[in-house]
Amino acid sequence: MKNIVIIGGGVAGMEAARQLLALGYTPIIVEKANALGGHVASWYRLFPDMTPASEIISRLKKEIAPANVFTGTKVISISREKGDYSLTLDNGVSILAGAVLFATGFKVFDASKKEEYGYGVYDRVITNRDLEAWLSGGEDKRISAPKAIGFVHCVGSRDLKAGNSQCSKVCCTTAIKQAIEMKEKFPKAEIYCFYMDLRLFGKKYEDFYINAQRDFGVHFIRGRVSEVGETIDGRLQVKAEDTLSGKPLKVQVDNLVLMSGMVCNQSVSELVRQARLDIDDDGFLRSRNNIFDILESNRPGIFYAGACTGTKTVPETLAEARAAALEIHNYLQNG
Amino acid sequence: MADFGFKLSKSSTLDLDRTDTRVYDILCKTDPDIRTCMACGSCSASCTAAPFCGMSMRKVILALQRGQDVRPMLGKCMLCGKCTMVCPRGINTRHLILSICKYYD
Repeated sequence: MKNIVIIGGGVAGMEAARQLLALGYTPIIVEKANALGGHVASWYRLFPDMTPASEIISRLKKEIAPANVFTGTKVISISREKGDYSLTLDNGVSILAGAVLFATGFKVFDASKKEEYGYGVYDRVITNRDLEAWLSGGEDKRISAPKAIGFVHCVGSRDLKAGNSQCSKVCCTTAIKQAIEMKEKFPKAEIYCFYMDLRLFGKKYEDFYINAQRDFGVHFIRGRVSEVGETIDGRLQVKAEDTLSGKPLKVQVDNLVLMSGMVCNQSVSELVRQARLDIDDDGFLRSRNNIFDILESNRPGIFYAGACTGTKTVPETLAEARAAALEIHNYLQNG
Repeated sequence: MADFGFKLSKSSTLDLDRTDTRVYDILCKTDPDIRTCMACGSCSASCTAAPFCGMSMRKVILALQRGQDVRPMLGKCMLCGKCTMVCPRGINTRHLILSICKYYD
């Protein structure tokens, strides 16, 4: 039986492995980090049902136990060899694979690139990722009994100057989730979400929004934050336009949470070059067709799943991973 | 006062730290739906008074959130209730207007 190599051990790679195991294959997962789980392993709860992220990860880990997993390992080369792909790992192992699945995911936008928001400049400006780590029980001295918290949507997303035209899809709902979580922890705090438009496309996301408004009193202000400054007592002065009233607006907050978006994972660019895969304008891997062949690359035997082809939610990624497993199965069956 | 040939303009900036939202907070208790407004504007678009005098229920709710006096605008309302019929979030805007009137009475 031919080998199947899955590059990336996040939720996409793990779910694909789970399905391939169910189809009778023994896939090989190569994960560069020291543990499986990818980004999701460091999230606290997942919208809109507040599912603990650790539940998803531990379930996947348990179910893929029979797969061959290399953690702390990178693929350093990939080349076509007759009908197969020859891969070399940085631990010296070489694998001849009948099919390769790129489940290489995304990177979180580096919020310090948007200097006007002051991440890395002012202490109390944090990112969605920092807040998620704190919610998971991590320590963060920047957060202490806030009276007001601001959330800035679309940081690094829908921003041509930051090099990203794409919408990151998950941040609107994540901001609402985190706003509710902060309101639960600090019921007296005022919470302001600064948005351009709210993109709540998924099942139950809109209910989640109504919930935040009605039951938690979260304030939604339509206007992108233009600049942030620090006050003499270390709070943050936020400026935006209240576009619904057409007037400039300012407010002081104790923490400002930047909703950093999803950007392409450039750490795989060398591999992508070696495999001669097409890259899209947004830097993500280009599918053969964005409707019918999302999981197929321009090279036979190389498949995609998850956020390597564009921004995706966890359930979308899981669905793609399942479909990719089936595509690989069909490909190997039919030669 | 001496005329120096220039004047000082008042800043139009909305300062949320100095916004008095007492009226809005009271209305949130009598008409809790008000919080679910998403500023879509269907109320204003259907308003029979709007084309003639600038009445806008969307702006009334926003003004309440920003601590501004809504009485001048509300004086133009004829209580026809069309705004309530079109609100996709089911906010009883007509009742809200009556609650505002009751508050100021």
